[in-house]
Amino acid sequence: MLQFMNVFGIWLGVFFTFSIFSFLYKDNPFYKLSEQIFVGLSAGYWFIYTIYYVMIPNLFSKLIGDFNANAILLIPGFLGLLMLLRIIPKLQWISRYPLSLVIATTAGVSIVLSLQTNIMQQITATMFNPFAAETTSQMIGGLLLIIGTICGIYFFYFSKKQEGLSAIPSKIGIWFLMLSFGASFGYTVMARISLLIGRLDFLLKDWLHLIK
Amino acid sequence: MTQDLKKTQFERRIIFLTLFIVVTLPLIFPLGLKTEITPLVQNAYDMIETAPDSSRIIISFDYDPSTITELQPMAQAIIEHCWRRGHKVIATALWPQGASMADAAFSFVIENGYKDKQYGVDYVNLGYKPGGTVTLQALGRDFQTIFPSDMKGTPISEIPAMQGIAKLGDIDAVMSLSAGDPGLMAWIMVASDKYKVKVSGGTTAISAPGFLTYVNKNQQLIGLLGGLKAASEYEKLIGVKGKATVNMDAQSVAHVLILVFITIGNIKAFRIRRKTRNAQMN
Repeated sequence: MLQFMNVFGIWLGVFFTFSIFSFLYKDNPFYKLSEQIFVGLSAGYWFIYTIYYVMIPNLFSKLIGDFNANAILLIPGFLGLLMLLRIIPKLQWISRYPLSLVIATTAGVSIVLSLQTNIMQQITATMFNPFAAETTSQMIGGLLLIIGTICGIYFFYFSKKQEGLSAIPSKIGIWFLMLSFGASFGYTVMARISLLIGRLDFLLKDWLHLIK
Repeated sequence: MTQDLKKTQFERRIIFLTLFIVVTLPLIFPLGLKTEITPLVQNAYDMIETAPDSSRIIISFDYDPSTITELQPMAQAIIEHCWRRGHKVIATALWPQGASMADAAFSFVIENGYKDKQYGVDYVNLGYKPGGTVTLQALGRDFQTIFPSDMKGTPISEIPAMQGIAKLGDIDAVMSLSAGDPGLMAWIMVASDKYKVKVSGGTTAISAPGFLTYVNKNQQLIGLLGGLKAASEYEKLIGVKGKATVNMDAQSVAHVLILVFITIGNIKAFRIRRKTRNAQMN
């Protein structure tokens, strides 16, 4: 039975892989069917996963195990219930309260951390003497980092019209931005090809047994 | 439908078909193309290599099956490297399916030469926790509150690999394998910048450029593995010819093909533009 289910699972995977790929030729019922099943299956999976791996261990088990010690968990449990009121049109306004609490908490935690990580640490990381580098390539890299940072930020300075001499750093900034966009595009291509390789690996290995 | 549009759609299908064939062939007939080690991957490798013996390393599985082609080879190579060095591997997950990815990676490495590794002693899977950054902050104060037990329900006080770990700061290094949010960014913010724990990580290629700025003199991130290429580099560093190394042949050939397509596309666009300009002048 287990063997049959394994083979059946592989054939299902093959069917859905080809159904999704068929969109590359043109839109068709097989693609639409696969898309809808994927959406439905994902929603169902998340629902079950949330119950078994979030709700039960973090709320129900603790409340059943030692109610007095974990009574404070009733508050998030209650807020969670309020969140579900979104499905009742007349009461959906109540769901804004737990939602606002989640947003406020996340913002409160993230602002401090984000300021530290994305501003303070990033600024201090560009404050160094590039001429103290051990090798020439490190020195050039350091100089490029400083010039790129300053010119890149200057490009986004919109309070004064950038013309004449003041436009030069901005133009250099654009070049740095273009280079970074190019690098991002290269990485994006790599990621997409990796996904294709993953699917082909499944077809050639698990289905056709052409590779080990 | 105009003739031009029909032609474009036909050309599009030729491109897909060619790409399909070009990626398939190196998977069946590997070319054995060489991979050069980049400093980013070398730094990540060195973090594990130079950690004291029996260090406790967190590998956070912050991804799901959609990105296993890129991230699972990284996970397997890093686990193998950790075990070679005698480190204890603590698996966590900020993504629900990450815990299953961790189990699969451990099983793969155990099957391939590490059958002596014992669960609870050499590695442990603590499972998934929701909350991202907020959860990691709490982990910085008290490990046991967030992870009172492992995936199997064993209290962490009874797990040998977890002895002496009261908070995040007691961990020697963190490796986050991340396909998005929450993931590596949360570990940088909390573990690296707040609790000064060494953090490195691996991401899908598409996310990698966004993390490059954190590899800086402040060592917010110690090296970075970006995509399949970096996974193959890590495999080379530990001397293993794994899945990433084999798949890199197909990746490299596909990149060459795309470069050819871009060149042809640009020549064609240039010719059309010149033709249009000439027609307007006449």
